[in-house]
Amino acid sequence: MSDGGLSIRAQVLLWTAQRASAVVLAVCVIIHLVTIIYAVRNGLSAAEILGRTRGSYAWAGFYAIFVAAVAVHAPIGLRSVLSESFNWRGASLDIAVMVMALALALWGFRAVYSVFI
Amino acid sequence: MAASSTLAVSVWRGKESGRFQTFEVPRHESQTVLDVVTHIQRALDSTLSYRFSCRVGMCGSCAMNVNGRARWTCRTHVAEVAAGDRLEITPLANLPVIKDLVTDMTPFFDKWAKARGRFQGGRTRGHDFARVLPESRERRLADAAIECIGCGVCYSSCDVVTWNPDYLGPAALNRAWTLLNDVRDTDNRARLGAVAGDAGCHACHTHMNCTERCPMKLAPTASIAGLKRAAALAALKGELGDAVTK
Ligand code: SF4
Ligand code: SF4
Ligand code: FES
Repeated sequence: MSDGGLSIRAQVLLWTAQRASAVVLAVCVIIHLVTIIYAVRNGLSAAEILGRTRGSYAWAGFYAIFVAAVAVHAPIGLRSVLSESFNWRGASLDIAVMVMALALALWGFRAVYSVFI
Repeated sequence: MAASSTLAVSVWRGKESGRFQTFEVPRHESQTVLDVVTHIQRALDSTLSYRFSCRVGMCGSCAMNVNGRARWTCRTHVAEVAAGDRLEITPLANLPVIKDLVTDMTPFFDKWAKARGRFQGGRTRGHDFARVLPESRERRLADAAIECIGCGVCYSSCDVVTWNPDYLGPAALNRAWTLLNDVRDTDNRARLGAVAGDAGCHACHTHMNCTERCPMKLAPTASIAGLKRAAALAALKGELGDAVTK
C-alpha cells in the first residue's frame, strides 16, 4: 500500500500517535468534565470563569494539551473512517486529514488563547 | 429429536449475482448442515456445487454461511441452527463466488503469502536440532495460535476485510504471529514490515468476530494485538521498513 500514500512506518507511527493521544484524552476529558460540573453546580458566571482562566498558565497549559491531543487523535480516526466508508486512500486523503488537524488545532488554540488573555 | 420431519432450505445458486432456491429436506437425528447440502446435491439437484472433504472438522473446506454466520457445515448440527425449521445457506462472504456454495479462496491464501506466512529457516541439515523450550514464552504464544486450518471462517466474518479489500485479515495475521514467535525463523524483520500499517494488523478494529467464530477456538484478535505492539515498537525504534527482501 504505497500509491502516493504514507510509508508503512509512517502508518504505524500514526496508529501509535492515536493510541498515545487517546491516553492523554482520557485524562483530559475527566478533568474537563469535573471542571464543567463544578462550574455549573456552583453557578459560576462567565465573568467568574474568565476571572479564573485569565492569566492562568495552569489552565492554559491544560487546555493546550487537550487541544493538541484532539488535533492528533480525531483526524487519524477520521482517516480510517473515510478510507473504510468511502474507499478513499492515498495522498489526497492524507492531505485532507492534515488540513483537518491544522483546523482543529487552530480553532482550539484560538479558544485557549482567548480565555487566557 | 426433530419436531417436524422436513426442513425448508434456501440455498444460494449462481455467482456474485444469483438467487435463492428452496429445497425441502427430510430431517434426521444428528443431521449436520453438510448432510443437508449433500442430500440436496445427491437426491434433489445434482447441479448444486459445494466443497467438502474430511467431514470431521479437520480440513476446513466445508465452511459456508449458515443463517448468516460462517461455520464449518460438517461440525454444525441442524438442531443447533435451524430456527423454525428453516436454513439459509450461502457461500462464505468476502470472497469471490465461483458457483453456488463454492468460493474462490485465492485472495485468502494470497494474503498469507503477502504476510510472509512461510517459515524461513536459517539452518541446514548440517546443523544440530534447534532447541525450543516448550515452556518458553515464544513457544507458548506460537502454540496458542498454531492450530489454524485455513478454513476462512474468520476472514468471512471480519467487517474490516469487507471495508478494506487490501486488509490481510485475521488468518494471515495470526499465521504471521506464530512465525514471529518462532525463534528459528530468520525473516521476521521483513515479515513485521509486511503485516504492519493500514492494510495490516493496525487496521484491525478489535471487533473479535474472528475470535468468536473460529471453530478451532483460536484468538486471532490476540495475535493481531501482539503484532500491533511489536510493529509499533519497531517503528518507534526506526526498525520497521517498507523494504521487503526477496
Ligand atoms: S478482531 Fe480484527 S481481524 Fe478479527 S474480526 Fe475484528 S477487525 Fe477482523
Ligand atoms: S483462524 Fe480459525 S477461523 Fe480463521 S482460518 Fe484459522 S481455523 Fe479458520
Ligand atoms: S469437511 Fe473438513 S472441516 Fe468440514
